[in-house]
Amino acid sequence: MTDATLNAPGAKPKKTSLKTITERTKRRNASERRFKAYGIGAILIGIFFLVVLAVSIVNNGAPAFTRTVLDIELTLTQDQVDEAEGELFKTKAYEQLFIASLQGQLEESGLEVTFDPAALERIVGKTGSTIREHFKANPGDIGQPVTFELAASSRVDGYFNGRVNRETLQDSRFLQLSDLDLVDALADSGIIHGSINWNFIQGADSGVDNPGGAGIGASVVGSFFMMLVVLALSLPIGIAASIYLEEFAPQNRFTDLIEVNISNLAAVPSIVFGILGLAVFIQFMHLPQSAPVVGGLVLTLMTLPTIIISTRASLKAVPPSIRDAALGVGASKMQAVFHHVLPLAMPGILTGTIIGLAQALGETAPLLLIGMVGFVARGYPDGFVAGFTEPNSAMPAQIYTWAARADVSFYEKAWGGIIILLAFLLTMNIIAIILRRRFERRW
Amino acid sequence: MPLLWLILIVLALAVVGYILGRQRALASAGGDSRHLHSLPSYYGSNVGMKIVVPAFLLMLVWLLVQPLYISSTVSAMLPESAIREGASRGLVMAEVRRTAEGLDNAVAAGLMDDDFASNARADIADVTQRLKDAGQIVTSQITQPVLRAAQEYRVLHAWGTIAMTVGVLAVAIAGLLFGLRETRAEFRARNVVEAGIRALLIAAASIAILTTIGIVLSLVFNTIEFFRLYPASEFFTTLQWAPSFSGRGGSSDLGVLPLLWGTFYISIVALAVAVPIGLFAAIYLSEYASSRVRAFAKPMLEVLAGIPTIVYGLFALLTVGPLLMRFFGDDGLGWMQSGTAVMTAGLVMGVMLIPFVSSLSDDIINAVPQAMRDGSYGLGATKSETIKQVVLPAALPGIVGAILLAASRAIGETMIVVLGAGAAARLSLNPFEAMTTVTAKIVSQLTGDADFASPEALVAFALGMTLFVLTLGLNVFALYIVRKYREQYD
Repeated sequence: MTDATLNAPGAKPKKTSLKTITERTKRRNASERRFKAYGIGAILIGIFFLVVLAVSIVNNGAPAFTRTVLDIELTLTQDQVDEAEGELFKTKAYEQLFIASLQGQLEESGLEVTFDPAALERIVGKTGSTIREHFKANPGDIGQPVTFELAASSRVDGYFNGRVNRETLQDSRFLQLSDLDLVDALADSGIIHGSINWNFIQGADSGVDNPGGAGIGASVVGSFFMMLVVLALSLPIGIAASIYLEEFAPQNRFTDLIEVNISNLAAVPSIVFGILGLAVFIQFMHLPQSAPVVGGLVLTLMTLPTIIISTRASLKAVPPSIRDAALGVGASKMQAVFHHVLPLAMPGILTGTIIGLAQALGETAPLLLIGMVGFVARGYPDGFVAGFTEPNSAMPAQIYTWAARADVSFYEKAWGGIIILLAFLLTMNIIAIILRRRFERRW
Repeated sequence: MPLLWLILIVLALAVVGYILGRQRALASAGGDSRHLHSLPSYYGSNVGMKIVVPAFLLMLVWLLVQPLYISSTVSAMLPESAIREGASRGLVMAEVRRTAEGLDNAVAAGLMDDDFASNARADIADVTQRLKDAGQIVTSQITQPVLRAAQEYRVLHAWGTIAMTVGVLAVAIAGLLFGLRETRAEFRARNVVEAGIRALLIAAASIAILTTIGIVLSLVFNTIEFFRLYPASEFFTTLQWAPSFSGRGGSSDLGVLPLLWGTFYISIVALAVAVPIGLFAAIYLSEYASSRVRAFAKPMLEVLAGIPTIVYGLFALLTVGPLLMRFFGDDGLGWMQSGTAVMTAGLVMGVMLIPFVSSLSDDIINAVPQAMRDGSYGLGATKSETIKQVVLPAALPGIVGAILLAASRAIGETMIVVLGAGAAARLSLNPFEAMTTVTAKIVSQLTGDADFASPEALVAFALGMTLFVLTLGLNVFALYIVRKYREQYD
């Protein structure tokens, strides 16, 4: 396209044909191909990041759902119990019984290993007291075979999922290299094996020193109550505001002011909403700190602009002929909107609301400011009303708390938490897509 | 839950009012609804509305005003001597409130009887001990004036609750009677109800304005409070960020500049990642890709935007940080001290922003009229030459707007920098060093142990104000550019 400048006056025009490819055409074609390759490259990089993200989430998070347990079947006779209860160190005596039984099981499977009680304690913790407590609580089990499922320590757990290996393990009071021989033997005989960690899915957060016992269940409940508040407030308010702006608002300053505010609020960083929640709901109105109801209020204010924008789009998509027909048969404007336009726009509104809720579900920063940090999720709320007012955490805040802890064993929990969070988000988005596919009407 | 009961009673009254209003309207028309002005249900709704709206309005106003009134009354009761050296009236009031709550809970738990809790001459040591037994948090030894104030607080609070219940119920019943009295066949119930609904719709739409006002007020008041304790000139000029957690102010250096530098540096790295990738992706998707590729690749990229930021934060901390350490850490080039650095947070934030840049630019490139492309092809230009010399210059203002919007996102992003960028505030050019941002410090100052009235905590509001002004300014500017550009072709 710059031929004119190349053929300067005086220069002899070269004879070219469209069929021969000149040097310059080659260069231009090469640059064309390069440019296209950059575009493909950019898209591949984007998808590559997505894949890396997905792989690292699944790889790192999957171990959180399993745990290593030691299965042992134990039959204690009344005599043995009496004898053990008669001794000075009662739990020690039970431990001896446990070891005897374990050795028996090992020999059955043809393996002979010698081990000391200290090694066993490093692997599964204090067995004696667990067994004693069980038989004290259930005296009927004496004389019958009882299967104990004991959770292995987090380092043994790490040995099976690759976090700990023989090369890097340093002897400590938590685990020694020699213990791993025993662990291998127990694993070969099937006494130590993996099982699903239900405690992670159902349980509550544990202390900083007990990564094995940490669960996300309580904060899932916290998130659930928060989402109930968000849904109960943002859906009616969002619909009401959109109906006003789309159907009734006159063209004036006040309407303009509302519109400008909505579009600006959509771009305010989420942490500023956290500051708002802290200052207004907690400092000024003295609502309980860390309560899901406060979290829900903050997230409602945050998601309202998103919901209003999508709701207005759905209302706008309903053709004016519907309104005109309703008005024509004598409905008032209010009746036309509420009886005809709103039901037709409902699938679109619900889709937008679910997507807004999914956004709110993953939001972390404002929750940290109003005190919904992970370690308050120590148990389930007792009752429905308490679910809103008792201190609790939410899934993303719980994940953040785990990620910020010093013990690396919690990282695995954080990744696992992310899998659960993304599973919820995915479900919500799929529901939204199905809603749109099934009920959307093209006019 | 007396408040919940009150709400339920008012709602039940409204249901009764609805039924009565409907019946009365039908009766006044002789049982034939054709003689009514509106549908019978409108008469019922009118009565229900007359009950619910004034009652709930009164309740709302009461709930807002009562704490303020009680606080000011009780606060005026506190003698000057009750305020310890270095403490403010607000802190003593917080103690009074805590003590009053403690007394309430102790009475509820049955550890004290009501007479004892309101006995002004009670032995202070005994009260403190009993409160501790009840598991109530009592910060310091309760003094006589504080105890007196707390007891007064309880009395006022109890009276206030009773008065509110009576008042709200009275208003609800008055509304019921009034609504029933005006229910006649010729009464224009529909118009009244529709006006009420319209007012409700306006109120819902105004929540956006209220939210903005709430944000601005909460930021402004606390920022003024902060600048009273810490000079504004130092906040904006000091090159140090070193809050002390032990003392109450004085020894802290709270300069915003290192934080702003960290914020901008990380945002620049993020944009350096997101803009080229996002822009090329948008160009490819809108100009080259077949519809099948587009249908696959566009949603894939947009998934990146739907992932919560906490996931990106964890990705930065646990995957990208260690990966960068392997190449730039002590084993590799030796530039990096720890996994958390400007580069870590910037890279991950860049990934997060890719779909943001690409979908906005995509829309803008698609808005360039086809005639301009055709003109360029007609002159013999290749596709890439057309894009570079015709489409992009035409779309430039819109793309700049998209980049500014992405920048405002980057500045306001919190979780990635909290987890990925480190906690040390420093002014440095090395992108492999840990730095911190405005948002990260807001989180750390407000979630720490610092006293709420201390400059160390209040500084978070000044930082929030800075952030709010910055992002809002960028947004308004970006939207202005985008709007102005759109007008050219429409």
